[in-house]
Parts: sequence; C-alpha cells; structure tokens
Amino acid sequence: MSLSNLLGDWSKYRKTHEEGGFHDYEHMWGMVIDLNKCIGCNACSVACYAENNLPVVGKEKFEKGQAMHWLRIERYWDEPDLGESRVSEYQHHGASYVPMMCQQCNAATCEPVCPVAATYHTPDGLNAQVYNRCIGSRYCSNNCPYRLRYFNFYSYYEDAWPAPLHMQLNPDLSVRDKGVMEKCTFCVQRIRTVKDKAKMDDRPVMDGEIQTACMQTCPTTAIKFGDMLNLHSPEKAQPTDVSQLWRKHQVELGKHTQNKQNKDLRGYRIHEGLNTDPCVMFLERVREV
Amino acid sequence: MKDISEDIKWAKINKDVLRSMESPRMGYWVSVAVCLFMLAFAVGAEIYQYNVGMGPANLNVPHMWDLYIATFIFWIGMSHSGTLLSAILHIIGADWRKPIYRFAEAMTTFTLMTAGLFPIIHIGRLWNMYWVLPYFSDRGIWPNFRSPLVWDAFAISTYLTSSALFLFVGMIPDLAICRDNARGWRKKLYTMLSLGWRGDDRQWRHFRKTYMIMACFLIPLAVSVHSIVSSDFAVSIMPGWHVTTFPPYFVAGALYSGCAAIITLFILLRYYFRFEEYMTLSIMEKVCKLTFAIAMVWTYLNIIEFSSVWYGHDAVAKELLLSKFYGPYAPYFWAMIFFGSVLPFTLCFRSLRRNLKAMMVISIGLNIGMWLERWMIVTPTLSLSYHPFSFDVMWPSWVQWFIVFGSFGWFGLLFLVFVKVFPSVSMYEVKEMILHRRHLANKGIAEVMHRRSSDKQPDSGTPGLEGA
Repeated sequence: MSLSNLLGDWSKYRKTHEEGGFHDYEHMWGMVIDLNKCIGCNACSVACYAENNLPVVGKEKFEKGQAMHWLRIERYWDEPDLGESRVSEYQHHGASYVPMMCQQCNAATCEPVCPVAATYHTPDGLNAQVYNRCIGSRYCSNNCPYRLRYFNFYSYYEDAWPAPLHMQLNPDLSVRDKGVMEKCTFCVQRIRTVKDKAKMDDRPVMDGEIQTACMQTCPTTAIKFGDMLNLHSPEKAQPTDVSQLWRKHQVELGKHTQNKQNKDLRGYRIHEGLNTDPCVMFLERVREV
Repeated sequence: MKDISEDIKWAKINKDVLRSMESPRMGYWVSVAVCLFMLAFAVGAEIYQYNVGMGPANLNVPHMWDLYIATFIFWIGMSHSGTLLSAILHIIGADWRKPIYRFAEAMTTFTLMTAGLFPIIHIGRLWNMYWVLPYFSDRGIWPNFRSPLVWDAFAISTYLTSSALFLFVGMIPDLAICRDNARGWRKKLYTMLSLGWRGDDRQWRHFRKTYMIMACFLIPLAVSVHSIVSSDFAVSIMPGWHVTTFPPYFVAGALYSGCAAIITLFILLRYYFRFEEYMTLSIMEKVCKLTFAIAMVWTYLNIIEFSSVWYGHDAVAKELLLSKFYGPYAPYFWAMIFFGSVLPFTLCFRSLRRNLKAMMVISIGLNIGMWLERWMIVTPTLSLSYHPFSFDVMWPSWVQWFIVFGSFGWFGLLFLVFVKVFPSVSMYEVKEMILHRRHLANKGIAEVMHRRSSDKQPDSGTPGLEGA
C-alpha cells in the first residue's frame, strides 16, 4: 500500500451494482407481458401446471399458502377510499391482473445466498434451479423480493396424480420430491429441445421458434417470449419480437432506473429499483379514469 | 460485602464440589425425567416432519423460515456469555467470575449443541446437510462460499470445537482432583481426561499459557460467530433484515440472553448443590449489573435501528417498522420491548438483585424477551416485505412449538449430565481467588504479589510472607 495507491482514484473499483451470472451470453431469454391484453383467465397458469408437472395441492394447502403455482395471476383492486377525488366509493374497473412468474433476474438475489449453489445463472441468461443439488434451506425464497419460489412442503408424487393421471406427466422434466425448491424455468425443457434441434440442423436458434407453455396458451397473446439479444438473425427481427419491444419501450437491462424520453411508453419492470435486473418487462395497463 | 470468604479451607472446597458429583438424589432423577419428557415431544414432532415434509410445520410461501431459525439464533446467542465470563473477564482480570465460569462455559458448549440441531431440523432434505461443507467430492462440487449459511456452518462448528476444548482444558486440574478422589469407571474416565496432570510447576506454566492463548482466540471467534449469524439476515435484501447495525445488535442480544441464562442457572445450582459459599450474593450482584449494562446496550442498538429506518426514507422498511408497532405481531413486539428493555430496570434495585426468587423470575423473563426478539426479527419481515401479493400472517403449528419446547429439554438433559460427571465449580480457580484475596487483605503481601521485576524489590522480612 503505497501513498500513490492511497491517493489514487478508488471510484474506478466501485461497481454500481452486482452484475451476476455470465457476461458472455449466447442468448438472453426474456418476456414481455402486455397487461392491457391480460384478461386474467388463468389459462397460462393451467398450462404451466400441465407442462411442468406441478402438483395440485388442494384447497386446504392452498389456503395455507403452500400452493405450487409457478405462474400466478395476481389480482389487485382499486381501493375504494384512497382519499382521491377520482376514486369513487366502489370499484369501476374491476381487478387488475398481473401474471407473475420467475423474473429470471440478471442480478438474482436468490443466487448468492444458496449455500450449495443449487441455483445459478446459465449462459442463456436463465436463473436455473438444480433440484438434485437443493437441500431446502429456503434462503433463496426468503431473499426473493417477488416471492416467486415455491417449496415442496410435502411429497406430492403419490397423491397429486392418482392413476391414470400419472400418464399425463410431462416426461421431459422430473417430478420433484419433498424438501426441494422450485420455480418457473421459462420452460427450459422446450428451450433445450429447440436448441438441440437447431444444433442438429447446424443453424442458430431462430427468434420465435421457442414457445413457453404460458405464451402458447394465452388467448389474447398477452405473453411474449424470445431472445432479447437476438444476435443470430437481427435483420429478420419483427416489431413484435421481444428484443424489439424492449427497445421500443426503452427498457434496458442493467439499469435500476430507466431513462425514457417518452413518458407514454408503457414498459416497466417490477421492483426494478432493487437492482435485481429482471428479464420480464410488463406493459402498463392503460385505463380511462 | 465480600465476593467470597477468605477463610474457606482447600479441603472443604474439594469436598463441597466433589459432593455435587455424588450419586444423584430423587430431585435429580425427576429433573432428568422432565427433560426427557420434553425431549420426547421434539423427537416425535421431528420424526413426523421428517416423514411428511416441512408442510405440517405450517411454513408457507412468504414464511419460509420461522421458529426454527428464531430459536436457532436464541440458542446461539445464549452461548456467548460463557465466553464472556471465561475469556473476556479472564483477560481483564475480573476474578469474581471464577466460581461461576465453569457452568457458564458448559452452557456455551451445550447451547451450541442445541443450536446446531436447528438448521438440520429446518432444512428440507436434512440427509443432504453435509453438502454445505467443503469436502472433497468426485464431482468437484463445492458449496457456495458467498452464502451466509456456509459461513454459519464454518463459524458454528469452529466455535463449538473451540469452546468444548476451552471447557476441557480449563477443567484439567480439576479433573486431576476428581481422579484422586474417584473409584470405578469414574476413576478410569478422569485418569484419561486429566492427561497425567500432577500439578507441578512446569505443567502449571504450560497450562496458564495455553489457557490464555485459547481465551484470546475465543473472544474474536465469539464476536464473529454471532456477527455471521446476523449476516444471514443483514446480507439479504429484505426490509428489516438488511440492517447495517445487525452484527453488533446480535452480539449485544447474545450476551444479554446469555447473562440472563447464567443468572437462572446460578440460582438453580446454588440452591440444589448448596453452593452458597462460592456462588455468593455479591457475585450475583455483579452478574446482575453486567446484565443491566448489556441490556442497556441492546436497548440503545434497538433505538438506533428503529431511528435509522425512520429517518432512512425507505418506504418499505418504514412500513414494516410501523407494522411491528401496531400490526399483527405487535403484541409480541411490545412484549419483547417490555421484557428486554423495561424489565432489566428491576436490576437497578439492590434488594431485588439479592432476592434469588425474584431474580429467577426476572432472568427467565429476560430470556423470554430475547426469544421474542429473535422471533420478531425473523417473522414480521417475511410477513410484510416488497411484494404486496405475498403479504401473509402465519401462526406456527404444533410441530414447530413441540420442537422448540423439546430443545429446552435437550439442553437441560446435557446440562444435567454435565453437573454430575464434571465439577460445575472450578476448584482450583476458587482456591486461587481465595489466595489472592487473602494476600490482598495484607498490604505487604499485595505489594509482593503485584510487583514486577522492574519494580523496587521489597525488603526481605515483610510480615505475612510466610504463607505465600
């Protein structure tokens, strides 16, 4: 430690925030969810149950908060008396719906706290959960500001799919046993299949080639899934692609506050200020007041 | 008021302490039965939970941690005062600790053994618990060194090993006394454990050095252990957990609950083993004053935490603070404030400090407050954090309560075994203390005892040196 070292510019060592995971991504899977289009029909949630072998836990456990819905539709109502003149005594607008699945944060708060590194960042920009490695300390769920990690409080494989229902289980992924944390994977088994197929055909993965179960099922196409980097075929990008939508709404990764020129752009990310850098952009619902 | 009478004979000390290790009477077996009964609740609940999963404990999506973690911190915290008494007070030369440090040190080891069970009980797949340790594996998989839970595993296992060793090393001269007075299996045990102690000059010199080095090693360790436990919370981003003052706050709380537990055990041992001559009311008063001081530090750090949240303008943290004040957990929060910050003011009164029955109730009350504190750290944050959809209030189920209840039985059982197998008062250090006091009573001898080689040498023939 010399004097020049002491007097030097230390700010160059300061990072504004944790840049988790890899930095040399081949893909960066992301989503855009248009809340204007969401009608709260829960089809995406049902599709998720079917695709990802999620157990239906039953009424009692659901009430206890032990449900396993990787994708949940959150309902929010106007509060009748917020003290503002525009909000009347009853609710004009009904519920607002927010489909919430794992936000696949780039600086995921769940990752550094796992004692056995069962959750980590893949080169696809996904926040992966390794079921076999998980010991169930549940710290990741405690440190998730979205509370989108679900724990197998019971062993469901015997009761949740009584014969012949076990025949409907998706063979592409496992059924998790008790004591393991799990969460939305952006249908990693579908991503894997498409990537393998592309590799066999010796071509890059095309944007729009992968569909997650929720996206496929959504009747109003509120959910869009795709590669945010779109390195392989940028010239073919459509304006409805995820990468283009992020650009259009001037939402950028790696920022905790977005600097938008046009305030009417609807894109935002939930709890962005916590520096989690999520990969899911929501498009604000526009309502008449 | 003297800490200890200077007239007690060496043989009487040996006799009194060895008497406490004689064949137990009815009361002892009743205590053992009660502890086993309590433990049975926990074992039953744990077997059920092991077979079924974490569901019956009523844990749910926001409340992934609850009583298990709160009680874990409680037990870890209690372990700290043993080190305070045996190491910190040893180094600063407060000799009044000598009659009471042995059981405090044993308490450290046993509370750690109790605390260490809770992370194992609480994890979902406890048969894979060893994965948090950095063992060499064929697969080349290591734990995540960034996780505070891994730091916990290191900190607690180090602290448990060191405090058990410290307890053992400090006991060697006493074990030799036991060896010389025992028959049968006890003779064999003490012969083995006393490591050939003869009490000659060389052994004492080595012993002193070892003991001092271990004390120096243990102090930073104890402080770091609870700081690391606090980082389980401070490292997270949750409001109410992400608090910079948590490490000192946890250490203060730890010393606080430990001192209160020492008072409880002090009274019990004094009563059951008739240790009135060693565990005197004067020493009791000193422990009470120490407890009061630590209680005030804890209260101060509480105020710091609340005010820094209040002035910090973090809306979420502020809302959480307000919900602690008048939300669903408010009764427990205010009970914590009452037991933790108001009740210790009873320690200001000399008549209460010298009243053992009152102190028994007060010390248990203080520890209830400290347990509530840990619960109020863990649970309100989980019930009310960033995402409004997952706000939830949860009441722990009987499985959690049984295991928490049973952990006291487990601790009691370990402690009961200890007091019958090992001397719970340090014989040699009490003798040392009495010797020093005798010398201090004589001014001339005090000069001799406290001189350094560089000081002026006293004239030979100082009166009173004959016995030194």
